[in-house]
Amino acid sequence: MRRRLKLAEKRRAAVELALKQLGKIICEQIENREFPWIMLQSRSTDNIVYDPELRQYVLGDRVIRRHSRNIRHIRPFAQLIWTAWFARELLKLRKTSTLREVYYSARGLRDIEFKSQDESDEIITDLETALNMPRESFNIYPEERSAIFGDLTIEYTVPGYEGKRLNLTEHPDGMMIGPALSTAEIVETSADKVLVIEKGAMFTRLIEEKAYKRFNAILIHTAGQAPRATRTLIKRLNEEHGLPVYLFTDGDPWGMHIAMVIISGSANAAHLRGLATPDAKWIGVWATDIIRYKLPTENLTDKDVKRLKELKRDPRYQGELWQREIDTFLEIGQKAELEAFSRYGLTYIVDRYLPDKLEEAGA
Amino acid sequence: MEETTYKSISPSDFFYRNREIAGFSNPSRAMYSAIRELVENSLDACEIRGVPPDIYIRIREVSETGSGTSIYALRVEDNGTGVPPEHIPRCFGQVLYGSKYILKQSRGTFGLGGTITILYGQITTHKPVRVTSSTGGDIHEYEMMIDIVHNKPIILSHRVRANKAGWRGTAVELYLEGDYSRSMYRIYEYLKQTAMVNPYAEITFIDPRGRLYRFERVTEEMPPPPRAVKPHPQGADVETYRRLIAITGEKTMKGFMTRHFQGVGPATAEKFLQEAGIDPGKNPKSLSPDELVKLVRAAREFNGFQRPDPSCLSPIGEHLLEMGIRKELGLTDEDFLKVVQRRPSTYLGYPFIVEAAIAYGKTIERRLGRGIKIYRFANRIPLLFDESSGVVWKVVHKIINWGTYKVSPDSPMVVVVHVCSTKIPYKTVGKEYMADQPEVEREITNALRSIARHLRLYISRRIRLARERRRLSIFEKYLPKIAEFSAKLCDREKPPDIKPLLKAVSLEVSEAESPLREVPELEEEA
Ligand SMILES: Nc1ncnc2c1ncn2[C@@H]1O[C@H](COP(=O)(O)OP(=O)(O)OP(=O)(O)O)[C@@H](O)[C@H]1O
Ligand SMILES: [Mg+2]
Repeated sequence: MRRRLKLAEKRRAAVELALKQLGKIICEQIENREFPWIMLQSRSTDNIVYDPELRQYVLGDRVIRRHSRNIRHIRPFAQLIWTAWFARELLKLRKTSTLREVYYSARGLRDIEFKSQDESDEIITDLETALNMPRESFNIYPEERSAIFGDLTIEYTVPGYEGKRLNLTEHPDGMMIGPALSTAEIVETSADKVLVIEKGAMFTRLIEEKAYKRFNAILIHTAGQAPRATRTLIKRLNEEHGLPVYLFTDGDPWGMHIAMVIISGSANAAHLRGLATPDAKWIGVWATDIIRYKLPTENLTDKDVKRLKELKRDPRYQGELWQREIDTFLEIGQKAELEAFSRYGLTYIVDRYLPDKLEEAGA
Repeated sequence: MEETTYKSISPSDFFYRNREIAGFSNPSRAMYSAIRELVENSLDACEIRGVPPDIYIRIREVSETGSGTSIYALRVEDNGTGVPPEHIPRCFGQVLYGSKYILKQSRGTFGLGGTITILYGQITTHKPVRVTSSTGGDIHEYEMMIDIVHNKPIILSHRVRANKAGWRGTAVELYLEGDYSRSMYRIYEYLKQTAMVNPYAEITFIDPRGRLYRFERVTEEMPPPPRAVKPHPQGADVETYRRLIAITGEKTMKGFMTRHFQGVGPATAEKFLQEAGIDPGKNPKSLSPDELVKLVRAAREFNGFQRPDPSCLSPIGEHLLEMGIRKELGLTDEDFLKVVQRRPSTYLGYPFIVEAAIAYGKTIERRLGRGIKIYRFANRIPLLFDESSGVVWKVVHKIINWGTYKVSPDSPMVVVVHVCSTKIPYKTVGKEYMADQPEVEREITNALRSIARHLRLYISRRIRLARERRRLSIFEKYLPKIAEFSAKLCDREKPPDIKPLLKAVSLEVSEAESPLREVPELEEEA
C-alpha cells in the first residue's frame, strides 16, 4: 500500500515539475527581453498520421511556435499560461476540476476569460500537447462519466481516501469512472476478461442477469464514445493485468467507430499516447451477425451510408474484418442496435449470442 | 385686332421687371443677395486700394410687413478706395455703370450688383439710399433714388463734411423688404466662406437679433493685385474688336493686331492675317462687317497665338488659402489639409487658374458631420446655390473615383475649389454655379486628384497608426498576465519585467507616425 501511494505521489510530482518548468522558461524568456514562445506539435489534420506500429493515430513531425509576439497568438498564450497555473493549483490543493469548471473559473478574470467552453477546451488540449501529458494527469476531467462493474478491487489515492479499498461489485448500478477511480490503483481481480458495452441498458441487464459471473468478466459501460479516463482504464486492465478486452457495440457505423477509437485512438487525441488498446477485439454486432442471427433491423440512413464510405477509406479500417463488415452493411442496407435483442429476450444474448461471439474471438 | 406697341425699356426697367435673374426673386433670397452684392463691392474696393479689408455689416429690423417678412435697414461699410464724389450718383444710381469693365479679375463685372440692390430696396420700401464715401479728402454723403424708367439717379441731398479722422472708404445704407429668419443660414455660410478665402479680411456682422458675428483676420498678407491686360485675340468677341477699331490710331491691320492684343508680335500678326485671308496692310477702319466676323472666327481657329497672360488673375495662393481654411474649419494638426494651385490654363481665350484643397479628419466629423462637403468659389466669391448643377459637383461625384484614395462616401471631408478667371464660365446672371467647360473641368479634376494622392497616404497612415496603437494596447493587456502567471507558475515572488518588450512595440507606433514621403501616381489617373 505504501508503495502504491508513493507511485501516485511520484506521478503527481512529475506533472507539477513539468508545469513549474514551463513557468520558468517563460520567465527567463521575458528576462532575456524576448517575447515568450513555446513549441508545440502541430495538431492540424495534415500532421495527424496513423502509426501502424503503435496501431494508433499520432502527431507527425511538424511543430509550430506559439509566439506571444504574434498578435493573434498572444491571447491564447496568456490563457495557456493561466491554465497551466490553474492546473498546478489543482495539483497543489489535490483537487480536480471538470472541463466546464475550468471555463467557469476564468469567468470574470479580465483578459483571460474564455469566450466559450470550446475555447477553454482548446487551450487545455494545447497544454496537453505542450507538456505531452493528458489533462487527467493535471486533474482536469470531462463531464461525461462511464461506469464499471465486476470483481475488481481498487485502492484510492485521492485525498481523504488514501489506501481505502473497494470491490467494484459492491454497487449494483456499477461505479462511475471518475477522477477518484481513474487515479486508483488496481489491487486484484478474479475476472479473466473485460467486456465493454456501448449502451447503458445492456450494461444494466448484464449485471442483473449476473452475466459478469457467467463470463467471468469485468463490465464497462462507455456511454457512447468512451471518455479518455475509461480508455486509459481499459488499456491498464489489458496491458498491466493481462485481461483480454471485448467490445460490444451497436451494429452500425457509429458503434463500429466506438470500438475502433478504443482500439486505435481518435484523431483528436493524436497528441497523446497510452489511450489506445490495440489488442481489444470488436465482437459485435457485426453486419454478418444480422444475417446469421436474423436480428431485427432498421434501414441504413443516408448519413449511415456516408459514414460507412468514409470509414472504408480510413487507414484504421483496412483490416479484413472491418472491410468485410463495412461491405456487408452496405450490401444489406440494414443496421441493428443492441436494444434489438430484447425481441428474443435477454437470455438469448447471454446464452447464445455472446458465448458464440466470445468463443469465435478466442476467449 | 389688338394694336401692338413697340417701345424700348431702360436697363434699370429691364432688371426691375426681371429681378429674379439677378437673385432678388423673393424676400429671403433678396436679403442674402443684397448683403452679398454690397460685401463684394467692398472687398473689391479694399483690394484695389491694397489694404486688408475691414468690413462692417449691420441689419436692423424696422417694421414687420407680413408673415416672416419685414423692412430692414442694411448698412455695409468698408475701408476701400472710396468713390470719387462725382461718380457716386451714377455708380449707385445707374444700372450698368461701373469701373470694372476692364480685363482683370475682380468680383464685380456687370456694373449691376450694387445698383440693383438699391433698386430692389427702393421698390420694396420707397425709401432712398444713403451713400457716404471718401477717397481720402472730404466726406460726401448722398441721399438718392433711382429713376427706373430713365436709368438715372435722382439726388435728394448731397452733403459734404470735413474728414478730420482721415477716414477712407464707403458706407451704403438702404432699406429693403426681406426675410431674415429664412436667409440667416445662407448669410452666415456666405460670410464664413468669404472669410475662408479672404483670411486677411476682418468681417463684423450684427444681425437683426443683435447677435455679433466676427470673422477675424489672421494675416495682413494679401495676394498680389492683378494687373490689367490687353485682351487676348481669342478671348475677344466681335463687339470688342469693333470698339477697338473705333478707337485705334493704327493704320494697318498688322499694327492693329500687335498694339491692341496681348502676345501678338509682328510675325504672328502677319501669319495670322494671312491665314485669315486679310491683307496685313489694310486699314482697320475699312474692314467690312463680313471681314470683321471672318477675322474673329479665324482668330478662334488660329493656334499660333501665345497662351493668354495670366498676370491679370489674382489667385488666393496656397499659403493664404490654407490659412483661411484652417481658421474657418478650426482644423488641428491632427487633421489633413492640403492645398494646391494649378498652373494657369485657358479656355476659349480666357486665362484661368484653379486652386483646390481637401480637408479631412476628426474636426470635420465633429463640426460638419460625415460625408463629402463642397465649398465652391469663383474669383473669391462663394457659390452657395445649385451645387449639384455645377462643374465641381460633377468632378467630385461623377468623375473622381474616391475609392482609389481610400475615401468612402461618408468620410468626413471638405473639398474646396476656387476658380479665378477674367471670365468665370457662369451658367446664369445670378452667378450661382460654373458650367462644365472641358478645360476647367480637367484642371479641377487634376487638382483634386493630386491632393487625393496625399490624402490617400494620410489615410493609410492613419489606418496603420490605429492598427499599431491597437497592437500596442493588446500587448499592454496580455504581457502583464503572461508575466504574472508564469511567475506564479514557477513560485517566483516578482513577475519578470515586461517594459523592454512594450518599448519595442511602441517603437513601431512611432515609426507609423513618421512623416509622409513620396506620393505615387495612381491607376485611376492614367
Ligand atoms: N464699396 C465701394 N467702394 C468703392 N467703389 C464702389 C463700391 N461699391 C460700388 N462701387 C463702384 O460702383 C460700381 C458699380 O457697382 P456695381 O456693384 O453696381 O457693379 P460692379 O461691382 O462693377 O459689377 P457687378 O454687377 O458684378 O457687381 C463699381 O464698379 C465700383 O466702381
Ligand atoms: Mg458689384
